[in-house]
Amino acid sequence: MIWSEVETYSREKIEEIQLERLKETVNRVYNKVEPYRKKMDEMGVKPEDIKSLKDLAKLPFVTKQDLRDNYPFGLFAVDKDKLVRIHASSGTTGKPTVVGYTQGDLETWTECVSRIACMGGATSKDVAQICFGYGMFTGALGLHYGLENIGATIVPSSTGNSEKQIMYMQDFETSLLVATPSYALRLAEVARSMGIDPKKDLKVKIGLVGSELLTEAMREEMHKYWGEDMLVTSNYGMSELMGPGVSGECEYLDGMHINEDFFIPEIINSETGEVLPAGEKGELVITCIKKEGLPLIRYRTKDITRLIYEPCKCGRTFVRMENLSGRSDDMLKIRGVNVFPSQIEEVILSFSELGPHYEIIVEREGYNDKLTVKVELNVETDSFSELERIANSVKNKLRIILGLDAKVSLVSPNTLQRFEGKAKRVKDLRGKQ
Amino acid sequence: MTAKQLSVFIENRKGRLSEVLDVLKENGVSIISLSLADTTEYGLLRLIVNNPEQGREQLAKAGFSTLLSDVLIIKIPHVAGSLQAILKKIEKEDINVEYLYGLSIESEQAYVVLKASDAQRTSKVLEENGIETLLPDQIAKL
Repeated sequence: MIWSEVETYSREKIEEIQLERLKETVNRVYNKVEPYRKKMDEMGVKPEDIKSLKDLAKLPFVTKQDLRDNYPFGLFAVDKDKLVRIHASSGTTGKPTVVGYTQGDLETWTECVSRIACMGGATSKDVAQICFGYGMFTGALGLHYGLENIGATIVPSSTGNSEKQIMYMQDFETSLLVATPSYALRLAEVARSMGIDPKKDLKVKIGLVGSELLTEAMREEMHKYWGEDMLVTSNYGMSELMGPGVSGECEYLDGMHINEDFFIPEIINSETGEVLPAGEKGELVITCIKKEGLPLIRYRTKDITRLIYEPCKCGRTFVRMENLSGRSDDMLKIRGVNVFPSQIEEVILSFSELGPHYEIIVEREGYNDKLTVKVELNVETDSFSELERIANSVKNKLRIILGLDAKVSLVSPNTLQRFEGKAKRVKDLRGKQ
Repeated sequence: MTAKQLSVFIENRKGRLSEVLDVLKENGVSIISLSLADTTEYGLLRLIVNNPEQGREQLAKAGFSTLLSDVLIIKIPHVAGSLQAILKKIEKEDINVEYLYGLSIESEQAYVVLKASDAQRTSKVLEENGIETLLPDQIAKL
């Protein structure tokens, strides 16, 4: 089901809305947000210079560092008393990034997530269990209001206490699961240890996964554990922009439709900042054009993707962003080679002898970088030659995909760390050695 | 007559072996013989125990990768050349001996655990040659 008629507007009509909202936002930001005005003045650009969507490229970028430098409310465009909600990112280093919402922003957010939930197959008949951590993190509440808005029954079970999560799924007949892909797999593992086969004994048929990359291999893994008929879609967002609801996949699973009446996407070369032609791969930059509290302009997401403007079979006309191939700041440089953790994941998941959980360790050994991949054995064997064969095949495949030699460590099942929120599978120890 | 051997995969990490032994102890599974072979990364602990099914179930529940396989516990005279004589007979049948380890030695005879590529056929070869094979509980009673 398509939630809003806007999602099927013609390109001209979408661009007309975008330009009007962009002009209004730039004007408002220039007049109300001191750091923006300074940046724009430095570059010699005024709000009236924005005459077409192409003029967006004249505006300065905003980064996470700008949010930190202006902590907590320096980039906000409204007085604090207009805010009705505050969220913050986890902020593993230093101060968190703080975001704020007006009443209007919450309505926009709810609308955006409702659309994404519908793209992922949700209807008012669904029982939606939200296994994202509730709290300062935007994921849980974002999906919560969006799904509630379309009339689904919400089970706000949050993360943790996985046995109880399975019990709720069974007793409340949960049909839709919201989780990170890695937690969804963890839950399936827990169910099976309780003697419950998620495929037969549970009714979960829709997976709205997010907050972490969903690779095709991970999607297959989801099907393996939760059932071939489960519709697993990924959706995208970040708290700085709003939270979940920026874009989402429809049933054709061919990229995530961006809510273009609220966000303008651009793809840039992350080193030069230059805007790349349509269809090229690069860093995603997003401009919020209907935000009141924190209207970020040209926000550098650090996510690597490309934009697909061809119409989608689902009937929506909104541009699609390809499923992420990594984050520019997740990228590891090992012996001079660019490595995305998602590439390693892809290799691991292609082996039925291995479990889906893994750990990547990068260390310095002398003058060299050393890459170790720890992965759980998912096969019963009493033979060294079989173990060696598995480790060597993984090694060979990693060499082909990455162009790098890695050490492969096989470990016992259930010994690597499991994650309820965003998985942290990479340990880069090079700076610490 | 074949016996069940319980194998456990353990990565080389401090305390991992004692975690296995803890599980067996807590469930009253007693070890009759064991062999631990390892590489730099991981090891395979092979056990002859009084209750292999119970041992396996409990270890699997504790998250270990385990396997039950058929082995032969053979009784041979404790004299030079007796093991070689038996191995020759097995090899003649084109059966591959994967590994073996000693179980116990008495003044007159010795007991050896033997893992062959085909346990059933090996059992037959042994029988034809009048070599006794035992079950773990028989060993435990010795």
